[in-house]
Order: sequence, then C-alpha cells, then structure tokens
Amino acid sequence: MRSALSFRRKFVNITMLTMTGIFTVLSVSVLFFILGYLFVQGGISLNWDFLTKLPAPVGGTGGGMANAIVGSGKVLVLATLIGVPIGFLAGVYLAEFGGAVFSSLVRFVTDLLNGVPSIVIGIFAYTLIVLRVKHFSAYAGGVALGIMMIPIAVRSTEEFLRAVPKSLRDGALALGASKWKAVATVVIPAALRGILSGIMLDLARVAGETAPLLFTSLNNQFWSTGLNQPTATLPVMIYAYAISPYPDWHRQAWAAGFLLLVLVLLINVTARTMISSGFSQKSRL
Amino acid sequence: MKSSIQKIILILLLAGLAFVFLQGLCCAQTLINGAGASFPYPIYSKWFNEYAKLHSGIQINYQSIGSGGGIKQVTEGTVDFGATDGPMNDEQLKDFQTKRSTNVLHFPTVLGAVVVTYNIPEVTESLNLNPETIAGIFLGTITKWNDAAIKATNPKVKLPSMDIVVIHRSDGSGTSYCWTDYLSKVSPEWKSKVGKGTSVNWPVGLGGKGNEGVSGQVKQTSGSIGYVELIYAIQNKLSYANVKNSSGRFVKPSLESTTAAAAGAAKNMPADFRVSITDAAGKDAYPISTFTWLLIPEMMQDKGKLNSIKEFMHWMLASGQNMAEELSYARLPKEVVAQEEKALANLK
Amino acid sequence: MAETIRGDSRIPGRESFTILRLFQKALKGDELARGIVFVCAAGIVAITALIVYELWTQSTPSIHKFGWRFFVTGTWDPIAGEFGALPFIYGTVVTSILALAFAIPVGVGAAIFLAELAPSRISNPLTFLIELLAAVPSVTIGLIGIFVLVPALNTIVPPLKSILGFLPVFSGPFYGVSVFSAGVVLSVMIVPFIISISREVLLAVPRNQREAALALGSTKWESTWKVVIPYARAGIIGSIFLALARALGETMAVTMVIGNSPKISASLLAPGYSIASVIANEFTEATGDLYLSALIELSLVLFALSIVINGSARLLILMTTAKGSK
Repeated sequence: MRSALSFRRKFVNITMLTMTGIFTVLSVSVLFFILGYLFVQGGISLNWDFLTKLPAPVGGTGGGMANAIVGSGKVLVLATLIGVPIGFLAGVYLAEFGGAVFSSLVRFVTDLLNGVPSIVIGIFAYTLIVLRVKHFSAYAGGVALGIMMIPIAVRSTEEFLRAVPKSLRDGALALGASKWKAVATVVIPAALRGILSGIMLDLARVAGETAPLLFTSLNNQFWSTGLNQPTATLPVMIYAYAISPYPDWHRQAWAAGFLLLVLVLLINVTARTMISSGFSQKSRL
Repeated sequence: MKSSIQKIILILLLAGLAFVFLQGLCCAQTLINGAGASFPYPIYSKWFNEYAKLHSGIQINYQSIGSGGGIKQVTEGTVDFGATDGPMNDEQLKDFQTKRSTNVLHFPTVLGAVVVTYNIPEVTESLNLNPETIAGIFLGTITKWNDAAIKATNPKVKLPSMDIVVIHRSDGSGTSYCWTDYLSKVSPEWKSKVGKGTSVNWPVGLGGKGNEGVSGQVKQTSGSIGYVELIYAIQNKLSYANVKNSSGRFVKPSLESTTAAAAGAAKNMPADFRVSITDAAGKDAYPISTFTWLLIPEMMQDKGKLNSIKEFMHWMLASGQNMAEELSYARLPKEVVAQEEKALANLK
Repeated sequence: MAETIRGDSRIPGRESFTILRLFQKALKGDELARGIVFVCAAGIVAITALIVYELWTQSTPSIHKFGWRFFVTGTWDPIAGEFGALPFIYGTVVTSILALAFAIPVGVGAAIFLAELAPSRISNPLTFLIELLAAVPSVTIGLIGIFVLVPALNTIVPPLKSILGFLPVFSGPFYGVSVFSAGVVLSVMIVPFIISISREVLLAVPRNQREAALALGSTKWESTWKVVIPYARAGIIGSIFLALARALGETMAVTMVIGNSPKISASLLAPGYSIASVIANEFTEATGDLYLSALIELSLVLFALSIVINGSARLLILMTTAKGSK
C-alpha cells in the first residue's frame, strides 16, 4: 500500500516535471519556427530591388519597399523624439523628486497607459491630429507611437535610477552640489547604460506596431518628402501585402516581415546584452 | 566609457533634430493625396504611376481603403480627393456641404464589372447563375453547391455536395454598393431584409478587406463564392460566372458586355453623373456593371493642387482611357468624356 | 527627505564634454529642474486623461442613442443605423479565453521548469529566448498565421471534426479562418508574458518554503505544486491577467485570421470578429457620424476592459512581491 502510493507519487513527480520541460521546449521551438520560417521565406525573397525600389503598381511584379523602410525610420525617429524625453524626465521625477501621493498616481497612470491597446492609441491620434490638421502624416504616426513609448521609458528610467547606490548620491550632495546637479552629473550618468538599453527595448517594441499607423501615417506608394504627408511604413505594407491576392506581393510581405523581425531582434539582443554586461560590471565594483 | 555613451546620445539627438528640421523644410514637391475605392485601384495605381513618370513634379498618392472610406475621408478633408464606385447619396452630399462649405463633384473614370467568383475544386467550367440563385446564396437560403437551383442552370456541370462559403467585403465598399444595388433590384427579399449600401448587415459569410482581401479569401478557401471587380478575378485566375440579364440571356462579364450596359446611361447622363447601370436593359448588357467615380471638391484652397488635379483629369480622359482596356476596365463612352471635359471647368 | 544644499559650489569639471553640462547651464537651481520633471510627469496623466476625454466625447452620440442596449444587441447594420457590440465583445472574450486555455498550462509549466528545475546556466538563456518571442511584431505573427497556420489547420481540423463534430463547439463547416485560429495565434503571443512574469514571481518565493516541504519528504513536484505555487498564486494570476489584457487588445494578428464576420456562433470553428479588428477594418471608412461614434464607443469599451484587467493584474503582482519581501 505504502510502496504503491510512493510509486504513484514518483510517477506523478516524473510526469509533471517532464511536462514542464516539454512546455519549455515547445515555447522556445515556436520562436525558432517563426525565425526559421521567416529566414527561409524572407531570405529567398529579399533582393536588391526590394531594398532600393518603389512599390510596383497593383498586380505588377518587381519593385520594392525602399520608401517604407525610410518611412518606418522617419516615424520611429519622431516617436523617439516625442516619447523618450517625456518618459525620461518623468522617470527622473519619480525616482528623484516625486512626492509620495502624486508619484503613485503617476506610476499607476503610466501602467494604465502601458496597457491601452495600440489600436485605441491610433484612434486617439486620428481624432486629435489627423481630423484637426486635415492630413494623414508621419507626424500623426510619430505621436501615436511616441505615446506608446512613454510608459516603458518612464519605468526603465525610474528603475535604473533607483538602482544607483545611495552612497554615490550622498557623496555628491556632501560635496555641496545641489540636488539637481547631483542627479544630473552623478546619478544619471551612472544609470545611463541601463536607461539607454531600456529605451532601445522600447523602440523595438513600437517598431513592429501596425494598428496605430493604419489611421495616422496611412500609406504612400511614392517617397514621402517631409513629415506632413502620408508615409509608407514596413508594418502597414506587410499587412496590406499579406491580405492581397498577388503572389509577388506575398513574397515581398515575407521579405519585409523578415527585415522587420531581424531589426527588432537585433535591437533586443543588443539592449539585453548591454543590461546584463552592465550588471556584471556593477557587481565587480 | 560613460562619456562615450553620452557622446553617442548627443550625436543621435542632434541628428534626430536636424532630420526633423530638414524634413520639415523640404516640401517643394506637389503631393496630392487620394483615397477610396479598391475596385479601380489597379487602373488608378497604373495611371498615377505613369503620370508621375511624365510629370516629375507631381505625385498622386492613392490608397485603396474602400469607397466608404473615400467618401468619409474626402468629407473630413483629410485627403484631396476621394474615389467611390457607389455614388454619394443626398444625405452624404449634404453632410459634405455642411462640413466643407462647398460641393463635391462626381467624375466617372472608367466602367467596371463586378463578377461572381468562386472556388469549387474540380469545377473548371464557367457556371451560369440567375439572379434568384445569387440572391439565395447571399441570403443563406442556398447552402450547398449541388442545390437544385444551381443544378437547373448548369445541367452539364458535376457539382459537389459541398458547403457554400460566402465571402463578402468587411470594409465599406463601392463594389458592395454595386453588388447590393443589383441584388436589391432583382430580389425583393434582399431589398427588404438587407438593402443597398457601401456596408450592409450581411446575412451570411466571411469578411475580407478590399477587393484584394476577398480575392485572397476566395483563393484560399475551397467551396467559396465572392464578388470582385473583373480585373481581380482575371489577375488571380479565379473562375467567374455568367449572369442572366434582364433580357434573359446568360452574359459573360467582359469589356464589351460592360460597355453595352452603359450604352443607355451614356445617352441620358444626368448633370451630376450619379447614375446606376446595374440590371441595365440591352440583350448583351452584363447586369452587374458600374461606373466608378472620383470625388473632387468644387472649391479648393490650394490652387496649385487644383490645377494639378485638373491637368491630371484632362490627361486621364484622353491618354489615360487608352490604358483601361489592358486592365479589363471598359473605357468611358465618348458622350461621357465630352460632358466631363465641360464639367471640369466648374472646379475652382 | 534629503536636505537640499543650495549654493554655487560646483563639482570640479571632470568630464570635459557632456550634454548634461549644457543642461546644467541652462537650468540653474533645483526649482526649475523640479518644475520641468514635474511637468513631464503630470503630462503623462494629462495625456491619459485626454485619451479618455477624446474617446468619451466622440462616442457620446452612440452612447445617447443606444445606452446599455449597445452591449446586449447583436445587429451591426450601418444602413439602418443599428449598432450592437455583442458579437465583437463575444469574439474578443472567446478568442482571449481560448488563448488563455492554451497558454496557461504551457506558460505556467515552462515557468516552473525555468524557475524550479533548470539550473540558471540553462534557465537564463532559455528565458532570454522566450522574451525574444515576446518581441516578435504581431503583424509578423499574423503573416505566419495566414500562410502557415490556416493551411495547416485546414488539413488537421477536418479529420478531428469527424471525431468531435458532435460537440456544438466543433460543429459547422471549417474555413481555416476562425475564432479557433485566432485563439491559437493569440496564445503564441501571450505565452512569453506568462512565462517571464510567472518565473520572476516563482523565483521570489523564499528558499526556505520549498526546503521545508522537501525536508518533510515531499517530492519535487509536490513541493512545487502544494507549497511554491500557492505561495506565488496571486502573482501568477497577475501574470495571466496581464496576458489577458494583451490578448484583448491585440489587433493585427487577429484581424488576419479571425474571418471578420459579426456573427455569434457556438462553434469555435466558425468565423468571428473582435473589437480591435472591427475597428481596424471599419474605422477609416465609417460614413455617418453615428457609425463612427459606435466604433469609437467600441474602443472606449476596449480601453475600459484593459484598464480593469491591468489594474487587477498590477494589484495581484504587488500583493505577492510584497509578501515575498516581508
């Protein structure tokens, strides 16, 4: 009886532990499947024309997405210029200057903002900018993505500033520096590497966003000069090409998907290595 | 190490600002934005591409977001012109007038046919469908491909006992307008239950976005039936049906049968060009045909844009028409071209 | 509160070239600095409030016209001007629940493996990879969904249906695009969230808890299942809520595989529609103010849902980490 029970317990133990292992392998292999599939499909589809030419007219073959590659770059630069300064400074406020009540309000609202579905932000940018300015534009897309960047910029800035040892801060204050100077010259530089990598992760996250761009930067089959015009972006192009019936557009959707994925993963890997190497440096200190 | 990171940040920051500043400055080129119908998207995209090659200073960006979108966005003034395959109704015209304090003019560009396309494995022949059957399928009363109603008009075809998958547009669409306009004319039940419009409450089926999306869905789904502009069926090698017209003949959708459908309307074109040619009379007329229109505001602030649009329109009515046929659109009847040339003078 | 020391004593210019120097010159004194960072922090609150305000005012016509009826009627008829959100709410909820049904066992299981079993030498790189999976753009996953998953399901499902077809959830014809496909795609997108947060929560459970259980003679699994998991329960549920919030708002990947049909059907194999995808499809082309307003009200619903779920998730996670640090 006793040994039967223990056999059952052992059996459950082994089975469940094996299951957890299988689930882990399953999750990781999904990543490898996606990567592998895009590498194969996208790799064979990627060519020089894709990177340098404008889209072909509907149903035509050939052409590329040069304008969308540049357009994505434009929208992302705008988003960074809008989202990062606000997020960074707000993070500084929370970590260094905030009062207890208002800080927790800001933290709470930031978390909420982080959870707002991207399509809702898109609608907001449409009603706020496109309807008022009467223009679909890279600006509107930049604002939408910029708002999406704020929460993570805030959180990573605050987190890394807080990780700076108190002794550093106290040292600067003891030398007679004002609070602001201590923060600006000692604390922020010490946390810069972490903050920067947090912002890179932030950028990688919005780089693949499609939904907020559908109603803001729209799309453009030509080069868009300036920022006040509809602008082609990679994610929107992938969407438009993927649901189309043309095999050559499907091919290009794969190529664009591949390009976008490589870009996003590269930023991610770089940022994450930066964070972990930063920590090992700190622990050596 | 620290200062090198700061240097990088500073450089990036300055580069970003410089970029925005420079981008903000350079806007010399005229870019005209239009959006709307996906039905004429292939020909528009070709026209605007060719036109940009001929006139290097002028680019016309056209986004195929559906006719409903074309009407909405031109009314909101977020694009310079709209495009639709279903004429705006009086309420929409009034809405435009209150919002923009000017009128919007309809300009037909080409004629097209909406075809009934299907994907039945092992059936390669063109099916013959009569209006009642089509309405039945889209109302959900005919659900199998071997239904007696379909067999009756196709005695020679071996039809499988397969579920019919109806595919319709998920976006507001002029193709849907033409389609529902036709169904409302031929089926009283459709008229009372569903009605006509750019988006309707579909009794059955899956939604696909744009003519592109519907063609894509039909291609991917066996047993499916959908409706798309002729060119999409041809480009994607989809089968399409012959439809019985008002004279009782099964007519294959083609340039000739579409032109035949427009013959009556061309002679009595109303001044605002808003006319429906579905279920038209004439023994060779394909019954699900339509004009497709550009929607241009009568008054424009930006005279440069206005002149560019006018120039484009003259080009489109002359050399542009010659490109229509290779993309399976029917060119405009001569009478209509002449009437439009006159109407262009109203734009100011 | 640290005492602030004022005065013009400067830290000796040890760094010759910094942006921060420029900053310093421009901003003398703490008050100004405090003011600037405060404005940014308050700006976030203002932006969020503005989002709520915009959505609320824009959806007033629909709120006035339909009231609560909006949530319980299923007609979506732009011609008649009748709008009911039920099919979309239903689609959103069903796809999300389906996604959770796939993702919770896999996610929590993998988190247990990574936190409890695997040595950190293996666990860390694996977690890294799984977090990369979370970074894959949703439109890319949609691409795989359309061209790989849907055709694959088209070959797998029909034989399955012949066995399970008697169940109402597997009834009706299968077209490939369906609520089921959307659930599968969503589960791929939310698994990484559940894994990485649950793992962190599990790691925060004090060592002595499991050691005590092991010392009493329980197996590794028993100590995990009966001691560690209950201890971390709130945090794990929090991670599931966060995943749920992501699933509710996901747009692109769902739009590409759900079939876009506003019908409520008991069958998971039938096409459906979600709140986010109807907005993506119809927003730019909604003619008529009421139509537009109904769509914006839908986004308000989505916003409210995500706030409630996110709020509870944060609360739950906070509860466990507070317990761990005690």
